Amino acid sequence: MQPFAYAAPTSIVETVSLLTQHSGQARLLAGGTDLLVQLKENRRQAALVIDIKRIPELNALSYSPEAGLRIGAAVSCHRICAEPAIRQAYPGLIDAVSLIGGAQIQSRASLGGNLGNASPAADSIPALIVHHAVCEVEGPAGRRDIPAEAFCVGPGRNALQAGELLVAIRAPSPPPRFGAAYLRFIPRNEMDIAVAGAGASVILNEAGDTIVSARVALGAVAPTPLLVEAAGAALAGQPPTAEVIEQAARIAQSVAQPITDMRGTASQRRHLAWVLSRRALEQAVARAQATR
Amino acid sequence: MSSATPTIEKPPYRVVGTRPIRPDGVDKVTGRAIFGADVRLSGLLHGRVLRSPHAHARIKSIDTRAAEALPGVKAVVTGHDFPDPQNKVAASGEGTVNLRSLAHNCIARDKVLYFGHAVAAVAATTPNIAEEALKLITVEYELLPHVLDVREAMRPDAPLLHDDLRTNEMGQRAETPSNIANHTRHERGDVNQAFAEAAVVVEREFRTSMVHQGYIEPQNGTALWNADGQISVWCSTQAPFDERNQLAEILGMPVSKIKVTPTEIGGGFGGKLSVFLEPLAAMLSKKAGHRPVKMAMNRAEVLAATAPTSGSYIRVKIGADKNGCIVAAQAWMVYEAGAFPGSPVDAGAGVIFAPYRIPNVLIDAYDVVVNKPRAGAYRAPGATNAAFASESVIDELAEKLGIDPLEFRILNGAKEGDRRADGPVYKRIGFIETAQAAKAHPHYSAPLAPSRLDPEGKNPAIKRGRGVAAGFWFNWGGKSSAWASLNPDGTVSLIEGSPDIGGSRASIAMQLAESLGVRAEDVKPAVVDTDSVGYNDATGGSRVTFGTGWVAWRLGEKLKQQLKARAALLWEVTPDQVKAEAGVFSCNGRSITLKELAGKLDETGGPIVASDTFESDEYGPGFGVHIVDLEVDTETGKVQILRYTAAQDVGTAIHPAYVEGQLQGGVAQGIGWALNEEFVYDAQGHLLNASFLDYRIPTALDLPMIDTVLVEVPNPGHPYGVRGVGETPIVPPAGAVANAIYHAIGARMTALPMSPARILEAQGKA
Ligand SMILES: Cc1cc2nc3c(=O)[nH]c(=O)nc-3n(C[C@H](O)[C@H](O)[C@H](O)COP(=O)(O)OP(=O)(O)OC[C@H]3O[C@@H](n4cnc5c(N)ncnc54)[C@H](O)[C@@H]3O)c2cc1C
Repeated sequence: MQPFAYAAPTSIVETVSLLTQHSGQARLLAGGTDLLVQLKENRRQAALVIDIKRIPELNALSYSPEAGLRIGAAVSCHRICAEPAIRQAYPGLIDAVSLIGGAQIQSRASLGGNLGNASPAADSIPALIVHHAVCEVEGPAGRRDIPAEAFCVGPGRNALQAGELLVAIRAPSPPPRFGAAYLRFIPRNEMDIAVAGAGASVILNEAGDTIVSARVALGAVAPTPLLVEAAGAALAGQPPTAEVIEQAARIAQSVAQPITDMRGTASQRRHLAWVLSRRALEQAVARAQATR
Repeated sequence: MSSATPTIEKPPYRVVGTRPIRPDGVDKVTGRAIFGADVRLSGLLHGRVLRSPHAHARIKSIDTRAAEALPGVKAVVTGHDFPDPQNKVAASGEGTVNLRSLAHNCIARDKVLYFGHAVAAVAATTPNIAEEALKLITVEYELLPHVLDVREAMRPDAPLLHDDLRTNEMGQRAETPSNIANHTRHERGDVNQAFAEAAVVVEREFRTSMVHQGYIEPQNGTALWNADGQISVWCSTQAPFDERNQLAEILGMPVSKIKVTPTEIGGGFGGKLSVFLEPLAAMLSKKAGHRPVKMAMNRAEVLAATAPTSGSYIRVKIGADKNGCIVAAQAWMVYEAGAFPGSPVDAGAGVIFAPYRIPNVLIDAYDVVVNKPRAGAYRAPGATNAAFASESVIDELAEKLGIDPLEFRILNGAKEGDRRADGPVYKRIGFIETAQAAKAHPHYSAPLAPSRLDPEGKNPAIKRGRGVAAGFWFNWGGKSSAWASLNPDGTVSLIEGSPDIGGSRASIAMQLAESLGVRAEDVKPAVVDTDSVGYNDATGGSRVTFGTGWVAWRLGEKLKQQLKARAALLWEVTPDQVKAEAGVFSCNGRSITLKELAGKLDETGGPIVASDTFESDEYGPGFGVHIVDLEVDTETGKVQILRYTAAQDVGTAIHPAYVEGQLQGGVAQGIGWALNEEFVYDAQGHLLNASFLDYRIPTALDLPMIDTVLVEVPNPGHPYGVRGVGETPIVPPAGAVANAIYHAIGARMTALPMSPARILEAQGKA
């Protein structure tokens, strides 16, 4: 690891100006559970590390059924999981967030960092996608929203422009009869990066016998997390039966473009895309039905 | 072999078989124990290693000038700074090592032979400067074709690693160079005829990947090459005396100039039997003007460039008659030696059919070099690969014959007087007793353990199964030395030279306490440097509790004899009239306790010390039989271990808690090897998964409680009946898990690891 300068600004404006001044040389530090490891292993370089945990807005966490969910980019996974109302309303997100590391990592790791790191295997991103989350970013040109499914643009690359940072993640309040789930596959029971992951959400009609709308998203089977729109389309208006779910899961599988690497083979991942999409959909439907 | 009275019946011991608290426990749990990383000397420099980014290349030039010019850099060394040792073979653990290979493995000369091979080293005032200096070293490489697969490496047209390597073909040196270093054959009877006459024959081929010991503490070493030519080394090692020899040869210095101090050791499992960094640290120290130099690897270096154990290709064929008696067994075994000859294939050949009585045998064993790190020992080196293959075939044979798999093993089990497939005749062994203990264990008759993935039993994709397998390890004797002095309060200071990896301080001290007649707590063991105690072979081969324990037993006897003489002096009788029992000396109605007698040392002739040595080429074979219940998620290929029972013939368990710990640890490592551990190389020969994130050893969440059954069949070759226990337990798990997977999903797994991807493939799903 090489020596670097350190700054801990207390406002977004200050941060944007530091990022602009040190364009390309500065890195934001939230929990540091990705960044510090990468710096130590010389996998990333930084002349300036900007700690964003002292910026109040990035540490704010709020939820109400009216306004929905707003998670400051630097809020730790532990804080998200500790809120009973959030656990209730965003089960797919909670599935994902509670998977990220053990207790120590949980109390540092943030969603801003998980998105910022832009790993194709990041656990929170497919879950955020199926919860219709948007990323609020601010930069020299002001604020803008980026849908979660558009935030990553390649392995380790995201849609932020020079001088921009992620401020918060918003997700709408779920409508009635909503259910969501996120599942990942790892060979052990801890300590692994997802070989494949799948998130799913459904909204059922009042009778509970028809899917009004649905989303399916995949992780670790493409250069970025994927929203599988065709799977959602195939589910909408259909009964939540095993056949319908199976068909949607097969669509998700067909969209996967995995690679073979040390964590798994392409054919294994393609197969898992089907298994996990199906299981995530089954669980999302069960959860939606349980809210009735 | 030293003489002793064999004890087949277990006498009523007072200390042996109890569970005292380990003497090193408090320091270890409070963080006070001194490990290699804790060594701090004034003027200390920090060393780092430049490593090859290529699997096979000729070094055309190395330019270190820019690195030397960097402020803070005090020395740079390359292979040219070292003398070139002769092709000389020396002891290493229970195996041997060619010192020239070892020297070239520590730092490359004209060729790099694997990804991570050391090319140069730097010492600087801080680790960061040393790291920066590495980037300033320019190495010009000429890339050479490489070979990673053993069977490809055996082909006549394969790229050669060593121009001067000729196959030792059963004692004959071949004419032309080859990657096949050695071919050994064990032959008895006529396998072809026996197979032709057999009622059932099963033949299969198996592959296993290179795996690593996965100890927590990385290799490290601090060296001071003093101005007077004395070299002091502090390091994490299983083998301080072997390392002293190795250093002498690699540095071109006499052993008398070298002192090795073993620090506490955070695991070794065979991976710390030879030097890696120590010679570099010593040479850097010399070049840096005799300042001490400290070096430590990071995890990526440990995985890429230490001493993992061989991947292998094994073909096994076994035949039985209609009554279920094995009539013939054949094995063709090829082990990866890594960059230099010396894989444990010969040990594998001894293990592969060891539990069984087999009239016709043919075993061919090949040691083959490939462009991977030099293979080392790993807990029962070579055995897990071998038993995975043979125990899978044994299971299949039992199934075809319709015989219970444990019954089949008992029916064919080796006993005293039987000849092992590779030659030696067994003395008293406990295989049958161990298999019977496993069969009688409640686990074997219980229903399959309940599912963890699907507790309600709703998911038809989850399948459960049970498997069994047996295993064997030699358990070596070797050489040990120790000495002891009696303190005036009746306690004993015990000075030994066997690094304590698995609680051996306690087990050694207990054997002295038993023979002298004091409490375990009254013996204070210390592991010291190579100048302060006589020669000791490595802590390896499951030999320390056996061999060093033997010395401790005799030290107790010797101290006792001297104390008898002192009591005799007080009472004016002859020493043979004095009886010693449980720390009380008596004669004709008079008695004195050991403590009282110790208080009178000054009046009776001064200090009492004892020293002794031990040497034995005898082996105390140990057998294990394991039972595992597991479940397979057939849709994801994931295996969850549900219940595990390990029965083992442990001779006499000196400290049963540490024996149980050895069994549990061996099983844990065996399960990791079975399910997920493997070195993943890309086509260019780069190791891709050099981290504990992607080199997947089991976590606590992946293992159930591992039940142990200690079967005590005392070893007639040891005063307390000790057999080594540490290695046998890693031998059966891969076979047991493979057999259980078969019984769950109906597919025979023939490659390790049995990873989720492989299990999907075996079912035709991916
Ligand atoms: C032991 C361990 C286990 C882990 N397990 C998992 C797991 O199971 N699943 C998983 O998905 N991940 C896992 N991770 C990775 C990591 O913990 C997560 O990605 C985490 O969410 C990162 O958050 P952080 O706050 O620590 O990010 P940091 O390391 O602080 O930052 C990560 C990256 O995001 C950038 N960044 C941070 N904040 C912002 C912002 N506001 N705007 C723009 N860019 C920003 C940083 O510059 C950096 O490039 C694990 C890591 C460790 C060490």
